[in-house]
Amino acid sequence: MNNSSVTITIDGETVEVDVGRTILDGCRSAGVDTPTLCHGDNLTPSNVCRVCVVEVEGSRTLVPSCSRPAEEGMVVATDSERVRHSRKMVLEFLGSAVDVSQARDVDHDSDLSVWSDHYGADPTRYGDQVAKSSAPLKREDDLYVRDYDKCVLCYKCVEACGDDAQHTFAIAVSGRGFDAHISTEFDAALPDSACVYCGNCVAVCPTGALQFTTEFDLRKAADWRPEDQHVARTVCSYCGVGCNLELHVQDNTIVKVTSPSDHDVTSGMLCIKGRFGWQYVQPRF
Amino acid sequence: MWGSNAREAHPIFFHHLMKGLNNGAQMFAVDPRRTSSAKFADVWLGLEVGSDIALANTIGREIIDAGLVNTDFVAHSTAGFEQYKASVEAYTLERGEALTGVPSGAIRELAHSYARADRAQILWTLGITEHHNAVDNVFALCNLALLTGHIGRWGSGLVPLRGQNNVQGGGDMGALPNKLPGFQNVDDRDALGRFADVYGVDLNPVPGKHLTHMFEAMESGELTCAYIVGENPADSEANTSHVRKLLSELDCLIVQDIFLTRTAELADVVLPASVAWAESSGTVTSSERRVQRCHQAVEAPEGARDDIEILADLARRLGYDWGTTSPQELWDELRSLSPPHAGMSWERLEAEGGLQWPCPSTDHPGSPFLHGWLWEDDLAGRAPAPFTAVEAAGPLDRLTDEFPLRLTTGRALDSYNTGVLSGSFNSPIRYGDEIDVHPADAERLGIADGELVRVVSPRGAVDLGVRIQPDLVPGLTFTTFHFPELADSNLLTNDAYDARSGTSEFKAASIRIERIGDCDG
Repeated sequence: MNNSSVTITIDGETVEVDVGRTILDGCRSAGVDTPTLCHGDNLTPSNVCRVCVVEVEGSRTLVPSCSRPAEEGMVVATDSERVRHSRKMVLEFLGSAVDVSQARDVDHDSDLSVWSDHYGADPTRYGDQVAKSSAPLKREDDLYVRDYDKCVLCYKCVEACGDDAQHTFAIAVSGRGFDAHISTEFDAALPDSACVYCGNCVAVCPTGALQFTTEFDLRKAADWRPEDQHVARTVCSYCGVGCNLELHVQDNTIVKVTSPSDHDVTSGMLCIKGRFGWQYVQPRF
Repeated sequence: MWGSNAREAHPIFFHHLMKGLNNGAQMFAVDPRRTSSAKFADVWLGLEVGSDIALANTIGREIIDAGLVNTDFVAHSTAGFEQYKASVEAYTLERGEALTGVPSGAIRELAHSYARADRAQILWTLGITEHHNAVDNVFALCNLALLTGHIGRWGSGLVPLRGQNNVQGGGDMGALPNKLPGFQNVDDRDALGRFADVYGVDLNPVPGKHLTHMFEAMESGELTCAYIVGENPADSEANTSHVRKLLSELDCLIVQDIFLTRTAELADVVLPASVAWAESSGTVTSSERRVQRCHQAVEAPEGARDDIEILADLARRLGYDWGTTSPQELWDELRSLSPPHAGMSWERLEAEGGLQWPCPSTDHPGSPFLHGWLWEDDLAGRAPAPFTAVEAAGPLDRLTDEFPLRLTTGRALDSYNTGVLSGSFNSPIRYGDEIDVHPADAERLGIADGELVRVVSPRGAVDLGVRIQPDLVPGLTFTTFHFPELADSNLLTNDAYDARSGTSEFKAASIRIERIGDCDG
């Protein structure tokens, strides 16, 4: 042991973790697969979704691995019966309450359904009586579509809009309990709100509740074909900061722009010009 | 942060700045507008347009007067302190307030906070450089860094934020009238000889003209042919009606661009180009001297070609075979000629996500900041950094009874330059084709929010809608330059320029506002 790292045990393996890093970081360096949904490398953990819970010896409750810092001597179990049962139920609760058909484990770049299958989660066993969210689709401009039927209230959009990146604070969680939902100030239409259309909320959304209009329209037309897309990494042309762009291209057409979350200039965040200013490459109107 | 609205012009840089503020850093915003950036500042210093040197000199005098000079650094690493001290002697806090309009208490607070800070940066953009005395403005800021030693160390420094993705790279590659790639001088015989050997031709050792001088040479008839690549001066230059006339009177105008811009409409020959960052591959260099790779994402439309291929084909027609047009081979040629780039192999650029020059050898990690030599015992054998005494001089476009209001220009968050590119998407937050007027001026002029008015400068007139905007100093108006089709604001701007940088006084035109109902027609 030294001052800059702690030693913990994960599923019987000894793992060194830098001080201040989380159990999830330890799992990753130990090669222990752990599902995540509300977690993002470029965001402060909000630990709301609970799919990443693990069992820590001596802890009464399961702990979210994404936010709990590793402590010297911790003994962690990620595949105990209790953990498997809890993850399964979390996935079932999410799946029975909202539409998770497009939800992604961003850290693994895989569909969340991979984990549902893994843990044998079956949302339908709660019956048809469960009230799913039924918010109207919001399409108030040419850039975003918001489908809150898919929202799991993971807070990632709120964090990206707020003090994790953009500092615009155009959206927050409004209401409590079953009424909790993402809202602009006074529920104003997005173009009338404080929103500056950086699209960082869309970029971090893990469930498809927030979608770029280009992607939404292609999905609606059943023409969104990730397997036919390639991604080219380049540099935005709109100022001198040097933001890297990932241009997602389908049929020689740019269909989405993202930035790598591990790029030290952007941390995955862009501005309205970088996110949407590419359209002159293929004018659509 | 001085003369920069990074929140809108460099939004992702501003994310980094916000991290600093969240960690307890202080921010002072010096800007005649209380911009969306300035709203995040601890203190906003709303100075009169063009009074930057008066403010900087006042800050310098206060630092000296309060005994806050980094005397060890000044003695070891700088030259000319006594002359500088004498030059700012007259800039007392009281006089500074009178010259700039900024309360003396705020100037004092900035001076003391900057000088006492462990680490401090001065960041600026075109609010400093688009003036007739732009170079003096920059010197005035450099003097403050030399006084306090806020230079050449991690976290401190002088940071001009670049406005385009490769304006740094353009200069680095020798797209300056007097420079070869790697900032070697055109009139340096040895350097020129090395290029001549590689290129296999004799090279002209006489420095060329910068853009503003080219327009003067067009006017005098000395310059009769222009080949313009990726620039839209018919919209972007100050006093555009004059510029358009000069361009249309050339014997031959060739324009290479991705769109038929207003400049291209004037051309005899138009060469359609592909979009450099999406339809071709290569490198660009960002504001922090970081060279990064661009990868082709899509095929260009039929007939649009890569800039390099067009240039090489043109050379071939003129009798010169340049051989390869492969970006990697051209980059390797550059590395062989430009020492700061020598260590940046194509593979390293790819694997390391970009490298910052100077990077003289392949085992060099690149340089996150410059001027560390100022802190070395022997200054790395260099001469100490000189103070440069500069005097305040307001805008050339003086306010008069005929033109009593100040007009300054700038960027809006969702738009870019003449709008050729940013006009392509339907932004829900677009603004900037209006003129921002302070409520007190609007009341005096009897004009209302949304009213169409005629804005008249000594050079032209434009009709613009009024946006009442309290975040200005009284007497100041503001518009953008993003919508030349709707609001041709550069018909108004002053083409007087700094003789050293060639940059026009975009930031300080004198105007008057007429009610449309009151003027003829």
